[in-house]
Amino acid sequence: MIDFIKQPWPWYLSGLMISAIMIILLYWGKAFGFSSNLRTLCTMVGAGKKVKFFDFDWKAQKWNLMFLIGSIIGGYIAANFLSNPADLALSTATIADLSALGISFNGSLNPDELFSISALSEPKTWILLLIGGLLVGFGTRYAGGCTSGHAISGLSNLQLPSLVAVVGFFIGGLVMTHFILPYIL
Amino acid sequence: MKLIKYIFAGILFGIIMVKSEAVSWFRIQEMFRFQSFHMYGIIGTAVIFGVLAVFLIKKFNIKDASGQPIVLYDKDKQYKKYIIGGTIFGLGWALTGACPGPMFVNLGYGYLAMAIVIFGALVGTYLYGLLRNKLPH
Repeated sequence: MIDFIKQPWPWYLSGLMISAIMIILLYWGKAFGFSSNLRTLCTMVGAGKKVKFFDFDWKAQKWNLMFLIGSIIGGYIAANFLSNPADLALSTATIADLSALGISFNGSLNPDELFSISALSEPKTWILLLIGGLLVGFGTRYAGGCTSGHAISGLSNLQLPSLVAVVGFFIGGLVMTHFILPYIL
Repeated sequence: MKLIKYIFAGILFGIIMVKSEAVSWFRIQEMFRFQSFHMYGIIGTAVIFGVLAVFLIKKFNIKDASGQPIVLYDKDKQYKKYIIGGTIFGLGWALTGACPGPMFVNLGYGYLAMAIVIFGALVGTYLYGLLRNKLPH
């Protein structure tokens, strides 16, 4: 069993399990949407005193913060007890494209050029990660949800607004990947 | 502790995100370059099962654990915010390879640099709250 879990999961099992998370939360009377936590965290550090958008009773969102804490623990467990020694099966075309941009693939989840501790000695890495995070945080709240809230929960409920948001996710992603990353990486 | 079950759901979510490799910057790049079916398969399968589940919940008026009807709210129909906000989100998603959930999963995995992305996302969320009334929705 544990060996089965340790392998990278096929896409259909992964997709099934993600919908299971949404269904579990619905059964517990909650809606699957991770990015609300970012707003809650802003409120918890006092943003509600200055900005009305953050002036709400964050205690109703405690369950989602617990989910967030769980997701950190889950990442730790997966890394330390359920990891598999084989390289990630990235397509050779992607490896070649990224190599041309100066990003090397060593089989792990994320590139050392952006996420290793040694890369943090470069101010450029800090700027890229900060701006990237800023865009995600600003965009997700503007759009009223992220991949979980729109692509999973929203599309499952056949919401046209969520489809529009997902189209936006892809417009932004394609523009960044094909027209901006070549100049900033 | 009624809240502890949400920690377990979060742990399961974190493990799923890692084992599906949806937390991988490389996998997100591969997706936006249309060089593998992997991410499309994951999202597509999740949506197909999700649609089926929501359909059954509505058809049979399935109740939640506390006996209340499960209610799924419709998103409001202000389309500008979805397309503009979504596009801004997508720019950040392709740059960092992480949407909000995977940022935290990656942090737990050991990618401590993800804390910078999380900090950026909190600042971005705050800026949205600050500028909200001046933005087209």
